[in-house]
Amino acid sequence: MEFKDYYQILGVSRDATQDEIKRAYRKLARRYHPDVSKEQDAETRFKEVNEAYEVLKDPEKRAAYDQLGAQWRAGQEFRPPPDWDAGFEFTGGDFTGADASRFSDFFESLFGRGSPFTHTGTGRRGHRMRMRGEDHHAKILIRLEDAYHGGQRSISLRHPELDQRGAVVYRQRNLNVQIPKGITAGQQIRLAGQGGAGVNGGPNGDLYLEVEFEAHPLFTVDGRDVTLSLPVTPWEAALGARIEVPTLGGPVDLKIPPGSQTDRKLRLRGRGLPGRGRQAAGDQYVVIKIMTPPARSETARSLYQRMARELAWNPRQRLEQYSGAA
Amino acid sequence: MVQPETHPLQGILLDEACEFSLRELATACDTSAEILIAMVEEGLLEPRGVDPRRWRFPAEALVRARTALHLQRDLGVNLAGAALAVDLLEEIRRLRRRLQVLQTALEHHVSELKW
Repeated sequence: MEFKDYYQILGVSRDATQDEIKRAYRKLARRYHPDVSKEQDAETRFKEVNEAYEVLKDPEKRAAYDQLGAQWRAGQEFRPPPDWDAGFEFTGGDFTGADASRFSDFFESLFGRGSPFTHTGTGRRGHRMRMRGEDHHAKILIRLEDAYHGGQRSISLRHPELDQRGAVVYRQRNLNVQIPKGITAGQQIRLAGQGGAGVNGGPNGDLYLEVEFEAHPLFTVDGRDVTLSLPVTPWEAALGARIEVPTLGGPVDLKIPPGSQTDRKLRLRGRGLPGRGRQAAGDQYVVIKIMTPPARSETARSLYQRMARELAWNPRQRLEQYSGAA
Repeated sequence: MVQPETHPLQGILLDEACEFSLRELATACDTSAEILIAMVEEGLLEPRGVDPRRWRFPAEALVRARTALHLQRDLGVNLAGAALAVDLLEEIRRLRRRLQVLQTALEHHVSELKW
């Protein structure tokens, strides 16, 4: 197994005071707390920091750890020397509140079951506590279509674990999950009993899946509402038109009112993501973008020139009001 | 590598349609009813109903209660501090989501301008 440098993990020197250790721990615990942190490896870092603090906050464990010697480096192959903890007088389990099996093998080999540190007076030695497994969290990416139709989605999750040498390894797990129809981004699915395994016959933890949508080539989403930007010709916008537009449920006919301009927003009621329970279905918004035909041919150029002469329209009236005032 | 199970796993979607009783919430959070009642008194959780035996907690209570429990256990904050942190975390989450929606819309807009 690998040697762990608990001082390095907390970022303190080997002669740090207990107060300095506590301060360093508090700061890192806030920074890497899985409920608070945005960092990718927050969960792993948080565990490491807790393990380091578990040893260094306890003067007895710290003294025992210190006498392993300062010559060890993090990641170095490590075997505890025989009777390494001989000559220490321990007060018992007062400081060993934490469950050694949740920490690395390095910790377990020094302070875990069988070591004098877990001895908590008569009768408790060898007592194994039933414990519920840890809850696990994962973000999953699904397609917008999956949320619209509902259905199965197979996902693969990577869960960080510590191997026998104390290094982080990722265990892959494939799950086939039912995606509820009408789910929206940021919502969570709770899979009871699919989290970490229980200890000594305790129940398993739960698995929480937080859903995000893959980027869609056409639509953007806000809650249950979907937005599509629709390119139209100048004559469709000016004269009005019926245009077939895609929606998640299939194409529908949309009426473009005459006199529409770019950025006009039209609503297709109930064509967004389906509702659930008392929640109504979302809408689809169609935002009009007027695209001008290229003026490459002589015919096109003369048409534009004729428009310029005969329509004599100024779209910049507002801008000119400002420059006139200056 | 593990093969995917043939039957899809049916989870519970934690949305507006999902509610918990006090007992269900305590089981899901692996905690006691007394601790949850203290959270209600703190205003951290807001169940529907008057009688605790008939309380109905909205789905978000699960995330809120669990986060508060973790913060108390891991960071040594008290219940009032945990309640404040949970409110702020929720607000940050809401703003991040909003920012993401606006950013995506903006990127769409910019890529269209390049057509």
